[in-house]
Amino acid sequence: MADKVEFELVSPEKLLVSQPVTMVVVPGAEGALGVLPGHAPMIVTVKPGVIDIYGNDMVTVTQRIFVAGGFCEITADRVTVLAEEATDLEALRRQDKGGLEKQIADLSEDLEDAKSDGERHAVEAKLAIAQAKLELFGQSVH
Amino acid sequence: MPSLKDIRNRITSVKSTQKITSALKMVAASKLRRAQEQAEAGRPYAVRMGRMLASLAANVAGGPGGPRLMTGTGNDQVHLLVVMTADRGLAGGFNSSIVRATKRQILSLQAQGKVVKLLCVGRKGRDLLRREFPSLITASFEEVGKKRLSYADADMITAKLLEMFEAGEFDIATIIYNKFKSAITQEVTLQQIIPFAAPQAAAEVADASVRPVYEFEPNEESILADLLPRNVAIQIYSALLESAASFFGAQMTAMDNATRNAGEMIKKYTLIYNRTRQATITKELIEIISGAEAV
Repeated sequence: MADKVEFELVSPEKLLVSQPVTMVVVPGAEGALGVLPGHAPMIVTVKPGVIDIYGNDMVTVTQRIFVAGGFCEITADRVTVLAEEATDLEALRRQDKGGLEKQIADLSEDLEDAKSDGERHAVEAKLAIAQAKLELFGQSVH
Repeated sequence: MPSLKDIRNRITSVKSTQKITSALKMVAASKLRRAQEQAEAGRPYAVRMGRMLASLAANVAGGPGGPRLMTGTGNDQVHLLVVMTADRGLAGGFNSSIVRATKRQILSLQAQGKVVKLLCVGRKGRDLLRREFPSLITASFEEVGKKRLSYADADMITAKLLEMFEAGEFDIATIIYNKFKSAITQEVTLQQIIPFAAPQAAAEVADASVRPVYEFEPNEESILADLLPRNVAIQIYSALLESAASFFGAQMTAMDNATRNAGEMIKKYTLIYNRTRQATITKELIEIISGAEAV
């Protein structure tokens, strides 16, 4: 068994990451899951959150990337994340926090105004993404 | 016979037209490069999405009550054609070949007794089709990705498409777009996007025994329900990218031809101009000489 797993992160606009990693933690819809080489084949929906790529010692996080939901396909030697939107965490933190709070407030209003079910789902999804981003700002204080 | 001044004016005007067409050609060439890069960057996602979907479909296929995006409505009465053209012209046969293919498709479907509806992306296609089939156009989008095409543009079109599908306004959706072959050739392509048709090659791979047995979290149905609309968006997105690249390719070729034609025209007019000028000089000389002889 190989000691590395081929990790790929793709957004519709480009291939963001393609590298062998020792361990990667993906925010699954039903809880985060760590993937090591030789994982059982799985297809998982990904919720808005952070993907952590671990270094060789499996303790230090070498790269953290924010994804706005998507899908993840896992096989024994390959992890493929299809993300709707992906940003490096550092780049995300440089963004304006106030703007994000305003966006959440706006979306909450939209949610109340939403007429159809479809509309409500769309707004809820956006809200979840914005809130997940905001939580990351909270973490950066520590 | 036009006077010297007329010809001189014609030459100046053709020269300035040539300047415009050659500038447009340069612009198209640089935009083409960018569009091509973008189309290539989008490909990995589409490939992986197709692979994932094929393995999912193989797991769910056969069972009744699958999502309607995959199984269809069980009817093929109402067809929706998504026509992708550009907002601008000056690109040779780019828009008209799409419109021609669309007309042919409309007529053949109508001959089979089907109902046809149109959804136009791009102003040119809408304008041309509105003349002949004003009642068929249900919606149209303009200035899609005017600055830079993004996934959000495809998402917007998909949202409209799915909304119509949910409302039962059509059974089968097909996109008509120009597929990018090379900078000088485009191929008009018809591609069915709803219901989802697994590509043959992918289905075969999925059938092979090497296919791993996947676990699903939360479960197959809900993943599939999420994945299928996403797949529609991806197909539209890649069609938009192909169409954009084709447009700049077609524009570049058209403008290259126009520049060359203008060059030929300038040459021709310059020749006529010089001949006329010499003829005038000769005439004047004859007049002077014969005047002198008469004295």
